Amino acid sequence: MSTITPAFEAQQEPQVVGSQKIIQPAWVRMLHWINAVAMVLMIMSGWQIYNASPLFDFVFPSSITLGGWLGGGLLWHFAAMWLLMVNGLIYLTLGVATGRFRRKLLPITVDGVIGDTRAALTGRLSHDDLSRYNYVQKLLYAGIIVVGIVIVLSGLSIWKPVQLQWLTAIFGGYDTARYVHFVAMASIVGFLIVHVALAILVPKSLRAMIIGR
Amino acid sequence: MGRIRSLLIPGVDKTLLVKDAAKLMPDLTRRRFITGGASLGALSMLTGCDVVDSSSAEDLLKHVSKFNDAVQALIFNPNTLAPTFAESAITKPFPFNAYYSEDEAPDIDGKDYRFEVSGLVENKKAWTLDELYQLPQVKQVTRHICVEGWSAIGSWTGTPLRDFLKLVGADTRAKYCWFRCAEGYTSPIDMPTALHPQTQMTFKFADEILPRAYGYPMKIRIPTKLGFKNPKYVVSMEVTNDYKGGYWEDMGYNSFSGS
Repeated sequence: MSTITPAFEAQQEPQVVGSQKIIQPAWVRMLHWINAVAMVLMIMSGWQIYNASPLFDFVFPSSITLGGWLGGGLLWHFAAMWLLMVNGLIYLTLGVATGRFRRKLLPITVDGVIGDTRAALTGRLSHDDLSRYNYVQKLLYAGIIVVGIVIVLSGLSIWKPVQLQWLTAIFGGYDTARYVHFVAMASIVGFLIVHVALAILVPKSLRAMIIGR
Repeated sequence: MGRIRSLLIPGVDKTLLVKDAAKLMPDLTRRRFITGGASLGALSMLTGCDVVDSSSAEDLLKHVSKFNDAVQALIFNPNTLAPTFAESAITKPFPFNAYYSEDEAPDIDGKDYRFEVSGLVENKKAWTLDELYQLPQVKQVTRHICVEGWSAIGSWTGTPLRDFLKLVGADTRAKYCWFRCAEGYTSPIDMPTALHPQTQMTFKFADEILPRAYGYPMKIRIPTKLGFKNPKYVVSMEVTNDYKGGYWEDMGYNSFSGS
């Protein structure tokens, strides 16, 4: 983003309020939690829809699906999609416009990821400065944004395989797009498990996402 | 008794599933709606609906579904054709879909069959099968997509519905063509979709007279809509401005359900 001036960028550096700096700005916190709700609704209603015509040799237990039956699951899925899409678009727009993505997530280097992975596995990864992401975090957060885009686009391609047939074709046709959508869901669920586990292990990161510091 | 067009699920017991859907739906859906209550504030911001308690979640979802009808009508391009395929791509055997078994499907005698046309049309005569067979026919090899997610490619031959609507002098400014079937199944089709070039009164499957399993004597094939919006065993069409509901639509499937 060559249009962002150094002065503007400086404004975006963590602000000092009192003696503590803001780690997560208010807009990030708000969009994060709305996204969390939307994602959970989409995943649970999506499992309900999956159960109507399973791609693999298993179904999701009804205790963790949303909607009660296929029709209910579809109603939830096609309602929560608006929440997910509108919220996601605001997040992407602000992430790019404020320079947050570039500042927080880039660059991602192979050496950095390998080094930080090794440090994490040997318990030597520092969490002292929560406003700076390590390379593993950068990779995962950037990756999950890409997966989020893929899951929305593949979902649209399944929803509108005639009107958006060019999009469906990009995902390899209708039947393949269903698998892409499923794999993207599985990636998000995998991310969620690690993400929630780490938030619990490092409670101050959870606090920062709630009250900002 | 109505019919369920598309409830064949590999690995799932059909009868059990239908029982679940039919019996447990109101109660279980309500409970799920309530567990999803946390999202309602957020959802209401998007739709402008006033959600005061979780019991109105069901109403909210219905409102969003109506909103989705409008969005889909907007997205619908009357000139966009559903992709067509080579004959070699046809799914064999093409699945039979219903909530009843094949031997419970309507068994219609072609000699007694009449297709009733009513509502906002100039010519309300009932059509015999022989008369319908005289109409010019075209073939399409398109993908049938079920609301459940699975899909199958089939070959359908018949008369474009828009030609028939013109023939009977239908008021194509009306909102819906409402179809009724031999066993009581119903489904409303919005007029822009009814006038789509690929929307077809189907008399043949894979070049053979439509077999009983696929809707003899007539099916309405709409490749721009989900399978349950493709009624089989069709006995009447009413051109109307009133939304008359449909078998699955009344249970909660999105009414437009466009592809």
